[in-house]
Amino acid sequence: MCTVCGCGESKVEGHSHSHGHGHHHHGHDHHHDHDHDHDMHFGHGIAGVHVPGLSQSRIVQIERDILGHNNDHAGRNRAWLSRRGVFALNLVSSPGSGKTTLLCRTALALKDRFPLAVIEGDQQTSFDADRIRATGIPALQVNTGKGCHLDAHMVETALERLDIAPDSVLFIENVGNLVCPAAFDLGEAYKVAILSVTEGEDKPLKYPDMFHAAGMMILNKTDLLPHCDFDVERCIAFARRVNPDIVVLQLSARTGEGMDEWLAWITEGRRRMAAHRKGLAG
Amino acid sequence: MHEMSLTEGVVRILEQQAETHGFTRVKTVWLEIGELSTVIPESMEFCFDAVARGNPLTEGARLEIIRIPGTAWCMECSESVAVTSRIDLCPKCGGARLAVTTGEEMRIKEMEVE
Repeated sequence: MCTVCGCGESKVEGHSHSHGHGHHHHGHDHHHDHDHDHDMHFGHGIAGVHVPGLSQSRIVQIERDILGHNNDHAGRNRAWLSRRGVFALNLVSSPGSGKTTLLCRTALALKDRFPLAVIEGDQQTSFDADRIRATGIPALQVNTGKGCHLDAHMVETALERLDIAPDSVLFIENVGNLVCPAAFDLGEAYKVAILSVTEGEDKPLKYPDMFHAAGMMILNKTDLLPHCDFDVERCIAFARRVNPDIVVLQLSARTGEGMDEWLAWITEGRRRMAAHRKGLAG
Repeated sequence: MHEMSLTEGVVRILEQQAETHGFTRVKTVWLEIGELSTVIPESMEFCFDAVARGNPLTEGARLEIIRIPGTAWCMECSESVAVTSRIDLCPKCGGARLAVTTGEEMRIKEMEVE
């Protein structure tokens, strides 16, 4: 049966059903020269529709994840990092949350204990990588140009160029943006979302994808809390609503208050990755 | 606007598939986009028009988006409930202990090619 007009097996009493008839409807020419005993439908198409002029088209089912390409690169990055025992963190936040200041403080506190490296993502300039390099640790700037996020392929290229020691900690500072980086796995162990108390406490609800994707939320600039109307408990409750398992730390990268817990968490993460590498090697 | 890079990812997959399946032109692409995914379908359509143009494989191709509704498993109610965003509470018990089961999809389902 032709699914366009419905003619076919139906029989009209007294009407010999021959398909030589010129059959016009809806203004298009509709030639029924196919044999109904051996229907040939090129283009097992959309709902089996057989439309003249589309006889060469066909439907290909692929069921491919749109992010599959990125995820392939991310998987390779994760394997590369794992083989070297590198603990990688993907730092995400709005612009101005204090990511780079936090990184500089962290670098100064940890650089004599184990090797560190930084990949800096920004649309333009190498200001941030320059700030990191001034602390004495290797940093590579990745400018995304028009891009609003780092993707796994950019990080893969950066890993090749940056001299990353075994058993080190790699910080990937993403482009300041609470939306797009949520979707792109870079191969990191955790995404760490940084929210400063000068922003709204409702950001976890306004940008739920990011707080859902993050393993940790850092509330930064806590030294400014007396000057802000930021309700810490409400903010944490909002974050838990989109991600019940999120770990929350409160600190001030400027004064150093609360930094110890952050440094201890990094140290423990690195220890586990290094132990895992030795397990693989042994 | 990560929809632009996602759309470029779609075209890259189409190019790979063209080699595998031996077709030269894509006429329609069906995407399944979950309601809870990070994608705005209208942006995807806008970007697809821009990315498809000038590529002989995709020039003039149509993008059809199939929305997948969000569902989650409520751990309190022990049943599946409908959700429309990540910040929804369970419509039955008001609880937040929900594990999303559908609605995060972002995939190319099928395409019409020749």
